[in-house]
Amino acid sequence: MKRTIILAAVATAFAAPVQARDYISIVGSSTVYPFVTVVAEQFGKTTDFKTPKIESTGSGGGLKLFCAGVGVEHPDVANASRRIKASEVEKCASNGVNEVIEVKIGYDGIVFANSRKSDPVRITREQIFLALAKDVPDPNGGETLVPNPYMKWSEIDPSLPDTKIEVLGPPPTSGTRDAFAELGLEGGCKAIDWIRAMKKSDRRKYRATCHTVREDGGYVEAGENDNLIVQKLDANPAAFGVFGYSFLDQNSDRIQGSVVDGMEPTFENIAAQDYPISRALYFYVKKAHVGAIPGVEEFLAEFTSDKAWGEEGYLADKGMIPMPDDERMKFADDVKNLANLSL
Amino acid sequence: MRTSVHTSEAMARRLAKRRAAERRFRAYGIVAITLAILALATLFTSIVGNGYTAFQQTYIALEVTYDPEVLGLGEARDPKALSGANYPGLVKKTMRDMFPDVKGRKDKRALYGIVSSGAAFMIRERLLADPGLVGRTERIRVPADDDIDMLVKGHIDRQVPEAERRVKDNQIGWVETLEEAGRIERRFNTAFFTAGDSREPELAGIRGAAVGSLYALLVTLALSFPIGVAAAVYLEEFAPTNRLTDLIEVNINNLAAVPSIIFGLLGLSIFINFFGLPRSAPLVGGLVLTLMTLPTIIIASRAALKSVPPSIREAALGMGASKMQTITHHVLPLAMPGMLTGTIIGMAQALGESAPLLMIGMVAFIVDIPGGPLDPSTVLPVQIFLWADSPERAFVERTSAAIMVLLAFLITMNALAVVLRRRFERRW
Repeated sequence: MKRTIILAAVATAFAAPVQARDYISIVGSSTVYPFVTVVAEQFGKTTDFKTPKIESTGSGGGLKLFCAGVGVEHPDVANASRRIKASEVEKCASNGVNEVIEVKIGYDGIVFANSRKSDPVRITREQIFLALAKDVPDPNGGETLVPNPYMKWSEIDPSLPDTKIEVLGPPPTSGTRDAFAELGLEGGCKAIDWIRAMKKSDRRKYRATCHTVREDGGYVEAGENDNLIVQKLDANPAAFGVFGYSFLDQNSDRIQGSVVDGMEPTFENIAAQDYPISRALYFYVKKAHVGAIPGVEEFLAEFTSDKAWGEEGYLADKGMIPMPDDERMKFADDVKNLANLSL
Repeated sequence: MRTSVHTSEAMARRLAKRRAAERRFRAYGIVAITLAILALATLFTSIVGNGYTAFQQTYIALEVTYDPEVLGLGEARDPKALSGANYPGLVKKTMRDMFPDVKGRKDKRALYGIVSSGAAFMIRERLLADPGLVGRTERIRVPADDDIDMLVKGHIDRQVPEAERRVKDNQIGWVETLEEAGRIERRFNTAFFTAGDSREPELAGIRGAAVGSLYALLVTLALSFPIGVAAAVYLEEFAPTNRLTDLIEVNINNLAAVPSIIFGLLGLSIFINFFGLPRSAPLVGGLVLTLMTLPTIIIASRAALKSVPPSIREAALGMGASKMQTITHHVLPLAMPGMLTGTIIGMAQALGESAPLLMIGMVAFIVDIPGGPLDPSTVLPVQIFLWADSPERAFVERTSAAIMVLLAFLITMNALAVVLRRRFERRW
């Protein structure tokens, strides 16, 4: 008796979900999450559509779900803090997701910051690389790599503070870490001529040298939670942290961004793309779902309106760096015409 | 007659040593308990200290004139026109009227930033409920922006240089003017309990997550209690002792110790990928939590059944009751308090669980309050996780406040378990 009841309950439960979805489903990057949620909330409150559901899965995880197929059980939009890869486009196509609209939404800077209780620092990407890489060029000269010998900042350059190297940053699963390795570490590593030459001769070794972070305690993986890094910096003025610009923006009374390659991490410098460690944020829309899921078109219109992603839009208030006018127009046009992604 | 062995000096020393050892032994216990209490006290003080201010919210009283011109209504008063009227414009106009000397685009933007963006939605709701208000003036309280809220609560230091804080000097000036006019009030933060999630801390609430938790727990309870009790009764009362039942028993005990995220992976591959249930639904969450709590409930129920003395069963059988009558009339009622205690503790565990739900898409931003177990939703621990990761300062206190609410639920459930045990447990 009990068993039949349970079986019946389970059967009805499994029979129910095959129905249309009346809300937009969004997955993807935790970096884009704080921005896309604001648009979703605004959209839900000002229209008759339901508020979209947004999962924070990371860029890679999000695109994997997104590319799994067409249909109500698959998400409509994927956010990414990097551009979609050719391999992901192929994966999408093999699952029937042939038409994808790419929308660049703006920029995000990655800051290298410390507590306001300490002095502000001017640093170059090369110095960041020397401080954080696992293997660095032999300080005694020559073109060999040695395990990172630097324990204090001042050993790298006398102008840097005489404190132990201690940097709190995101773990390898994070898109912020990918971008930091690519733009910050690799950017600094390229400044060393013989390593740059290696890019042509031995690409794999070049990548390994430039992207591998030291594991002897100089770089501390502080988890995906950037707020925690901010609090730890406040408690430990000698340490530095690596996180997204929006956290610097929200906590500017406690932490200060270091000047990197002569550029301060300010809104203006990131928007002008003068600040060296900044990246573009994207989202991808499944064209087959436009029209099939109610509200997708209207949601795209809200996102690409000036009051959202414009220079004085509400996304800028939340710390996103808007694109220049012409770029914004281009992507707004793409959205209007539902233009297909081309890599 | 005492022998010299018992009164000798060596004996006295041995005795002293033994007593000292006993005192030390007791002291270890006291130290252990003190450490535990200290840890708990630190946890509670830090959470309560961070979080208690979140139960209050700063409100600003505004004199709003529902001017049809400003609202862009014209002569129309129908719900459709009212729904799409220019409410943000009305809020901005009201702010400009209060501070007529503010000039310049940048300053005006700063002025509008004092009130929450939710103010416009509040006015919209008000007018939709009572269209007769159009054309009248009324004093209403709207929530202040989260930065202003932090300023009024003293979480933002007014002494640090202007460039280094989020609230600018001119905004502080306006807030002080409003404070002098008695327009700024701190009131109980009802939105925290009645609203769903929001990216604006002053509008964010835990109701969506709490309702999601409720649905997930209802599913869990509805499935795990009957299944758990039935399994325990069979294993304890009917099953023969052989290799197979031994194997089952070992497996149940083993499952109780499996990391909960594994159940999430299982749920993802079975319920979502195989059966095609929707992601982020409390139904799937409940199913996954059922898998997780079942071993706990089975083990507790078996222990409760075991504690019913065999004499009861023998007496019932001796009076001519059938095996089923013995169990349903005598053994189960006697074992029920223990079973319920185990179930409540299992439910409390399920309520505090977030790891398995990560895998099935319940870590999501969901504004609308879920209306049923198939609507997308999140749960309380996940809401705490999401807020802890938000950049806005005001979410720090809201995170702690949400933890306090969750702890209150957990303490209530565990207390209920203790009460049940005390009242109904029988000692033989």
